Amino acid sequence: MQPSRLAWRVTTVKAVRPETLIASTLVLDVADWPGHLAGQHVDVRLTAADGYTAQRSYSIASAPDTSTIELTVQRVPDGEVSAYLVDEARPGDQFELRGPIGGYFAWRPVSTRPLLLLAGGSGIVPLMAMIRTRAASGNAAPVRLVYSVRAPDLVIYAEELRRVAGNDGVEVSYVYTRSVPEGWDEPPGRLDASRLARAAWPPSAEPDCYVCGPTGFVEAAADLLVAAGHQPERIRTERFGPSGG
Amino acid sequence: MTVITRGFSGRGRQSENLPPGQYLTEDFPVLSAGPTPRIALDRREFTITTETGQRHTWTWPELMALPAETPTVDLHCVTKWSKLNTSWRGVSLDVLLGDLTDASGYAMVHSYGGYTTNLPLPDLLDGRAWIAYEYEGEPLPPEHGGPARLLVPHLYLWKSAKWVRGMTLMGEDEPGFWESLGYHNYGDPWREQRYWGD
Repeated sequence: MQPSRLAWRVTTVKAVRPETLIASTLVLDVADWPGHLAGQHVDVRLTAADGYTAQRSYSIASAPDTSTIELTVQRVPDGEVSAYLVDEARPGDQFELRGPIGGYFAWRPVSTRPLLLLAGGSGIVPLMAMIRTRAASGNAAPVRLVYSVRAPDLVIYAEELRRVAGNDGVEVSYVYTRSVPEGWDEPPGRLDASRLARAAWPPSAEPDCYVCGPTGFVEAAADLLVAAGHQPERIRTERFGPSGG
Repeated sequence: MTVITRGFSGRGRQSENLPPGQYLTEDFPVLSAGPTPRIALDRREFTITTETGQRHTWTWPELMALPAETPTVDLHCVTKWSKLNTSWRGVSLDVLLGDLTDASGYAMVHSYGGYTTNLPLPDLLDGRAWIAYEYEGEPLPPEHGGPARLLVPHLYLWKSAKWVRGMTLMGEDEPGFWESLGYHNYGDPWREQRYWGD
């Protein structure tokens, strides 16, 4: 095996799309992008004028394309890189990235097994890449997305999720942990066994499960899936550290 | 070809003890590929299988009865965070590997839940690796690999397999789980060996 080095590429910000008050999508020009799988991530490297550099990993939000990728970044408290990407970056700015990285938390549109996607907060990003890749490839795998989020105004891709929900085999349900939309029929609360049972595929459907979010969410959600009877081998997790960056 | 990113100044280098591309965290983030396996203590054991197929097994009480060390080490995760001066308690691999090997060759480390990772044997010897079961004076929490994990702090943290159940000694090297999926075979943070070809 003589793998070639995953080279750093210079990328130019083509557009910035605010998603929520604390999250933005960056559309990036990447010449000769080799393509990626839904769920994979890239490493981003920012360089300051004095030569100081900072690196972080971000999930790819977009379906594969040959010349652009989209990253959706949510600002974390004291985030060094996320604050720059969300608040400061604008079209024309340049930085480096390399990828795609990660072959395990990845979904290939050749599979038609039911997909169960559990998102906590900005953990929606790689799962959205799966929904978009599925649509772009005409894949018919039935999808259920359960999206846990603190408050309605923190829902990323709200408009697009409204459009795809209920169509074409995609079902979307929300769990609001701190405040609920007006007219919502239950108080705020975390994902639990009964909410999961209502929204998710049962274990008998043998779905491929992808769980992404902050550690607390992923630990709890993955434990709920195992307790409900899903096979641990079918549960893939990606955890964002609480201190992200 | 490095580009300066307009508008980025950053917070500057935080510590001499940070390898390239890493940042300091005070938290202890979690990285795992699947659910956290829960194994009852009375069913836990640690097994070393030698190149000739001999199995040496320690039950959990036997493992806990071995002389322990209390290393204070820095942790470096390939996802970029580093955590300095963490304190652990565990059994040195020097004690467990003892007479089982001539210190050449490789080990494939196995975990409950199916995870694997490969290391050269010399990296597991000479006071550089432990089976750790306490973190900061408390039993190691399950999400961090408890009740016991491998601790090899001079390599990226994915080499420090959580929920460790044993290792197989090998004459020839073989890639483990992440090493088959694009991550560097050796994983030295000071040489920034994150991915294949680094």
